[in-house]
Amino acid sequence: MRIAGVDLPLNERIESGLTKIYGIGRSASKRILSETGVDPNKRVKSLTDEDGLKIRSLIDKEFTVEGDLRREVSLSIKRLRDIGSYRGTRHKLKLPARGQRTRTNARTRKGPKKSIGGLQKK
Amino acid sequence: MSRSLKKGPFVDEKLMKKVLLMTEKNEKKVIKTWSRRSTIVPEFIGITFAVHNGMKFIPVYVTENMVGHKLGEFSATRTFRAHSGAKKEVTKQK
Repeated sequence: MRIAGVDLPLNERIESGLTKIYGIGRSASKRILSETGVDPNKRVKSLTDEDGLKIRSLIDKEFTVEGDLRREVSLSIKRLRDIGSYRGTRHKLKLPARGQRTRTNARTRKGPKKSIGGLQKK
Repeated sequence: MSRSLKKGPFVDEKLMKKVLLMTEKNEKKVIKTWSRRSTIVPEFIGITFAVHNGMKFIPVYVTENMVGHKLGEFSATRTFRAHSGAKKEVTKQK
């Protein structure tokens, strides 16, 4: 079963399977299934073509997913960079952009610890 | 949390008055301001502000993309040069 250019894992419940698509998490997945009336407990492999069609058309209509979403995100970051805003410069420096502390933590953005000085040799 | 839409964007009244006066007279001058907290509204487009950063005034030329941000976002208040020994560290890691 392919939706939005992504292969869904066959043995998972459809509710969890849909979250493999970039841009669809648990709550979006639940909403899609309740709006299309597909049973969230159904496994991906047992979906009928009709179910797939309904899900696909809803995603096409109401969601930005995968490549389009990635582009949207990177464009908005690029906009922040180009106008020279504080948030943009934080992105350029690969530091947290939302006012978090950087004295400690912030490892997600800064990457692995770089020790200064290093080991002392005898 | 974002500001209530009911209130509309916040712009210092003094600043707004200056901007409107200037567009009315059709002159182009740099507006010196300390009001970093003012939101950039469409009326500001094309104007250069000199925004105070606590020490000096940083020239900010307002473009369309900046609407909705605050003036202060474009006038950095901190300077970061480099950590001492940061250069050494890079060579060490190689």
